[in-house]
Amino acid sequence: MKSKIVLFIVGLLVWLLLSWPADTQHLLVGIVIAGFVAFMTGDMFVQRPHLFTQIRRYLWLLYYLPIFLWECIKANLDVAYRVIHPAMPINPGIVKVKTTLKSETGLTFLANSITLTPGTLTVDIDQERGFLYVHWIDVKDKDVEKATEIVVERFERILKRIFE
Amino acid sequence: MNDILGIIFIGVGLAFDFFGCLGLLRLPDVYNRLQASTKCVTLGTCSILFGVFLMLGPTAAGIKSLLCIIFLILTTPVSAHAIARGAHRSGVKLWEGSIVDRYKEDKEGEA
Repeated sequence: MKSKIVLFIVGLLVWLLLSWPADTQHLLVGIVIAGFVAFMTGDMFVQRPHLFTQIRRYLWLLYYLPIFLWECIKANLDVAYRVIHPAMPINPGIVKVKTTLKSETGLTFLANSITLTPGTLTVDIDQERGFLYVHWIDVKDKDVEKATEIVVERFERILKRIFE
Repeated sequence: MNDILGIIFIGVGLAFDFFGCLGLLRLPDVYNRLQASTKCVTLGTCSILFGVFLMLGPTAAGIKSLLCIIFLILTTPVSAHAIARGAHRSGVKLWEGSIVDRYKEDKEGEA
């Protein structure tokens, strides 16, 4: 039941933003359709609804966003530099990194964050053993432990508090 | 004021989009090209959309452009991951200057 309520709220919010400015007609249609969709599919999408009621997760998310944005801008300047440099200073390869995250949402966000930050792109995930295969445009260390330190750890600490 | 800020954001976004396309042409293999196209084009397009929001304010189109940013950030890495994984699985080789390919090593160990 809880997961249906969560999906209802999220669905209604997205609908209202899409049909902005909100009026009674849109609100009524939104409530009916969001209610129907949440009733039919709520248990499929939201598996751990109790996490949504814990306030400190939202605070960690707020703390995470500026860090992520800063890394994202750094990533862009880095790639832009490599692209315009006449000699193209790239040093690519696929490395293996470890992660301690277990939940699917956490892993998804970790992989997405890695893809959007400096020089790294997630190629595949081995969920059972907790490995990520990461394409790195400038390989600094082939070793699993060291690569983990550089690529994963700055996000993992925060994402663990948000999604685990 | 908001107009000027919006135009600055749109200009920066266009520049990043340009670098992304340049990377798509210059870099040697699928994986490196994905690097350029995911990062630069994501931030570039998000920046353009944010500039549009600044210029239009909280109107129908402005709010939609904010929503587009969220969808773009959530979906671009997923599709990049799908393309990279698909390319590797169907046997696209890494550029010859690449240093290491742990993914291939591990898959050969399993097979």
